Amino acid sequence: MNWLPQTISGRVYTAVLLILAPAPFVFEWINQPFYLDLLSRALILAIAVVSLNLILGFGGMVSLGHAAYIGIGAYSVGIPSYYDYYNGWLHLGLALSISAAFAFVTGAISLRTKGVYFIMITMAFSQMVYFTFLSLEEYGADDGLVIYSRSEFPEWLSMDGSTSLYYWIFGLLLLSLLFVRRLVHARFGRVIVGSKFNEQRMQALGFNTYRYRLVCYMISAMMCSLAGMLLGNFTGFISPDMIGWARSGELIFMVIIGGAGTFFGPLVGTIAFVLLEEFLSLITVYWHLIFGVMLVALVLFGKGGIDGWLSLLDRKRAGNG
Amino acid sequence: MAEQLLKIHQLNKHFGGIVATDNVNLAVEQGLIHAIIGPNGAGKTTLIAQLSGQIKPDSGEIEFGGHSITGYNTARRAREGLARSFQITSVVMPMTLLQNVMLAVQGTSGHSFRFWAPVREDREMAAAAMESLAAVGLDDRADRIAANVSHGEQRQLEVAMALAMKPRMLLLDEPMAGMGKEEGAMMVDILNSLKGDITILLVEHDMDAVFSLADRLSVLVNGHIIATDTVDNIRNNQEVQKAYLGDGHA
Repeated sequence: MNWLPQTISGRVYTAVLLILAPAPFVFEWINQPFYLDLLSRALILAIAVVSLNLILGFGGMVSLGHAAYIGIGAYSVGIPSYYDYYNGWLHLGLALSISAAFAFVTGAISLRTKGVYFIMITMAFSQMVYFTFLSLEEYGADDGLVIYSRSEFPEWLSMDGSTSLYYWIFGLLLLSLLFVRRLVHARFGRVIVGSKFNEQRMQALGFNTYRYRLVCYMISAMMCSLAGMLLGNFTGFISPDMIGWARSGELIFMVIIGGAGTFFGPLVGTIAFVLLEEFLSLITVYWHLIFGVMLVALVLFGKGGIDGWLSLLDRKRAGNG
Repeated sequence: MAEQLLKIHQLNKHFGGIVATDNVNLAVEQGLIHAIIGPNGAGKTTLIAQLSGQIKPDSGEIEFGGHSITGYNTARRAREGLARSFQITSVVMPMTLLQNVMLAVQGTSGHSFRFWAPVREDREMAAAAMESLAAVGLDDRADRIAANVSHGEQRQLEVAMALAMKPRMLLLDEPMAGMGKEEGAMMVDILNSLKGDITILLVEHDMDAVFSLADRLSVLVNGHIIATDTVDNIRNNQEVQKAYLGDGHA
């Protein structure tokens, strides 16, 4: 059958998307709304992870501060809603523009550093955001802020109801995946990937790599703020806890579990992370310990993450056939 | 006298107490292959790095094509038509040879803030890249991954990338470094075929290669240029022989 993807990884990813597409109806049918919640949360995080993978996996910029952009997106819903501004376009516009501006300023400074320094400085900036929200008494400080109603969009784009919100999430996730794929194969992406492996050479070829990386960082931040905007709508409650540096670390783990610098790895990595977290915590209260050991093992032995294993299967099959 | 494409005035560079570049004055004429020779540690690579913009000189002026480029960064100099290759192979290893050369074409053909159209469908760019690969004899290996080809082929790729930038001048930092005899001979042929079309500033240890390629020679000793002349005159220059070539060579 020619229409089937030829590789094992291609088939797995197609299957994942085919399972995700009708999920709300399936869960409604088997009467398990909890699973839809779980999946919605996973896919929101997946958008953030896809955005992080763009700079981390393809661009070699390891940011330990991406949760800040989830926060900016979430508070772009929360704070206007607090003043009874529920217009969804306003929320969307604020999330995208504030995250772009913040990424421009902090990226311009962070990208002057490399390696561990870049990790530390992105984390420092994100902690600044964390403590800013923590200190805003008006917006709940560490108690958080309740969002009483979802962002308002035209009827056909409404977010009301868990099914419509799910398709918002799923739609934006698909767009993010498509966008990253196009971007990486376009001229811009070639510069980004080339700079990851050999920045000096890229400069000698005439590329002002700093500018390209900064724009890439801003694009990633804006995508991540979309995840935050969805998260604010999904939980109906936002607090600084959602955006601490530990969350940024989790995002990095999700990228690595799935496979950094791959197109679908971040999606399956995030789903795997969220499901593992959920089900391990059902089995035992000491689940953090088991989870930690699994993560360490994965980093040590699981080169290339889930995507890496799948392509290993492909290579084995090609070798035998 | 032909037009001088590159002019260096009073260039100086110190690293702490070490003088790497000492009052260097040099003019490279359009269309010639100009070689810089000198013993290890004479400051050849430092000089190239200042020309390509990787290192800022302490003082002095670099003029290229009639205007000063001293304040330009590496990327801008490259776009002005001053291309370099590296002494230690510097390509994008996980990419194919064709992709590497296409990057070089891309770098000098407009900006790359294009986010949607796939590069691999850009026929014009691929054709230009293939032309450069053919010029160094790599066109039959275009789809090999750079990390998987031989060292000599990677050196050829370096030159193909520099060529693909359609430069007015090539800065070649030891293009024969680490090459075998055959590979070296092939590189000499490649560079000879470029003679006249592209001005080349060549830093090279292999004296046979230098003597067969260069139109002009400059001798760099302890950061200072002690002589610039035609190949024959340099060979017979007493001072050069004493400082560099050694008594047995002449």
